[in-house]
Amino acid sequence: MGKTIVEKILSAHTDTNNLKIGDIIKARVDFAFANDITAPIALKYFKESGARQVFDKKRVGLIPDHFAPNKDIKSAEQCKLLKEFAQEYEIENYFEIGKMGVEHALLPEKGLVLPGDVVVGADSHTDTSGALGAFAIGVGSTDFAAVMALGEVWLKIPPTIKFIFSGKLNKWVSGKDLILYTISKIGVDGANYKVMEFSGEVIKGLSMDNRFTMCNMAIEAGAKTGIIEPDEITLEYVKGRAKRPFQIYNSDSDAHYEKIIEIDISKIEPQVAFPYLPENAKPISKAKGIKIDQSIIGSCTNGRIEDLRIAAEILKGQQVHSEVRLIIIPATQDIYLQAIREGLVDIFITAGGAVSTPTCGPCLGGYMGILAKGERAISTTNRNFVGRMGHPESEVYLASPAIAAASAILGRIASPEEVK
Amino acid sequence: MIIKGKIWKFKDNIDTDVIIPARYLNTTDPKELALHCMEDYDSEFVKKISQGDIIVAGRNFGCGSSREHAPIALKAAGVSCIIAQSFARIFFRNAINIGLPIFESEEVADQCSEGDLLEIDTEQGVIKNLSKNETYKTNLLPKFIQKIISGGGLREYVKEEVKRRKINV
Repeated sequence: MGKTIVEKILSAHTDTNNLKIGDIIKARVDFAFANDITAPIALKYFKESGARQVFDKKRVGLIPDHFAPNKDIKSAEQCKLLKEFAQEYEIENYFEIGKMGVEHALLPEKGLVLPGDVVVGADSHTDTSGALGAFAIGVGSTDFAAVMALGEVWLKIPPTIKFIFSGKLNKWVSGKDLILYTISKIGVDGANYKVMEFSGEVIKGLSMDNRFTMCNMAIEAGAKTGIIEPDEITLEYVKGRAKRPFQIYNSDSDAHYEKIIEIDISKIEPQVAFPYLPENAKPISKAKGIKIDQSIIGSCTNGRIEDLRIAAEILKGQQVHSEVRLIIIPATQDIYLQAIREGLVDIFITAGGAVSTPTCGPCLGGYMGILAKGERAISTTNRNFVGRMGHPESEVYLASPAIAAASAILGRIASPEEVK
Repeated sequence: MIIKGKIWKFKDNIDTDVIIPARYLNTTDPKELALHCMEDYDSEFVKKISQGDIIVAGRNFGCGSSREHAPIALKAAGVSCIIAQSFARIFFRNAINIGLPIFESEEVADQCSEGDLLEIDTEQGVIKNLSKNETYKTNLLPKFIQKIISGGGLREYVKEEVKRRKINV
């Protein structure tokens, strides 16, 4: 019997033979990282463990991105811990403000996470790197501390659900819409403990930016991770970035899947996920007209250059609605600079939008766009839980950059078709 | 280990943003985190709970962010054990790693009521409802995971391994 890409990657990273679903293994880790929220606990535990050095100075990342640039004194103290630890233990991949980006956009961009890797990040959206054909899982702080000390992680061999996407994408339908639609079909725990492998002709035709968006939100269906087999598009992306050799794995044609779900996307419209769960997606035609106070374009889900290009295409020559705050946050410094060079930032500011340095900020209700009681946002981020972006009685609607840009202009949830 | 405590019931999909809102994540102090545990769900929760109480919840408890602050806040608020129909996987790992006992049980979630007194034998996987005089069986965790929990969490395991592999020299 054949193997899935995940089974092959995990087999190559453990000494245990003949892996079966449900087995608990210790897997060798290729790259591990944490941010200013999750690292402080881990750094303390690492020091208490007695380890004198991290397992590999080149394979540990510390990225202050959540409440950074420091939003208050307490956050500043947390970020300081990362910097001091990086100095003390000679961590090569510490990213200071000015070089920093939202971790899940930054690490693939810098070629630090690669196809075939086992990646462990102390952040739930670590699954984003599955788009490279890596096995990338989110964990907590203690797990990250353990990996820093031992270079390995305990995990259970997960079953895989294969999703085959076929059909032709409609205008304005993106990776974000495909993943929101998929989560709405299987629910927020529809893939709990399992891997979501995205495949089919539609996925093969998607850009890396769209693939990252899809894998990013696998966790919103409860998945252990999302993954896409590497192809020419992946290799083109990795070329010139990879900091070390890597290995390509593919699923065998006779691999065993727990379930295969086929999705014809020909009839799918852009999606909007209503509060308070990412599974509450509805087609844009059923979401139009809801008044908004804020529009956020950015995050590890949708803060990449293609996202900004689409937003600019819609905002060009338009004005942001007088009662709306549009906040655009490029996910990394490279993306930010690219957006400036392409004239996108000019378009955003001329339209009346605010452009911020990279940060997770508003996505998790940190800062840089918090909602007041009763306020409503359309956002390209990944979660719309109670209080996620601010007051417990505020609301977040999740959508693509195209919808977020059109909505910012019209002051209500809107399709780009309505902006002319 | 035997755990005894009173039940607080929660619905499906309790996410980690509700367990501990991100606005309080600029600290790692368990006592401070505990003060805001479940604040956006029930602002009185922290006042109502007693040391040793047990949370019984529906599906997908702990979904969302990987913040370990969530199980830390619950533990520091006095929660001794969580039983749910199912858990989100990162929360499940985190609870095990910090040594907070955690069990999956449809029966307990369906049949127990808020305020019932439970007695849990963590090694046997037997849960007794002392108020209703009922007994439920739960699946035992794999041995490696039991070892982590009974040893006080993954930190202790790592300390031992660091010594064994001589990473401390």
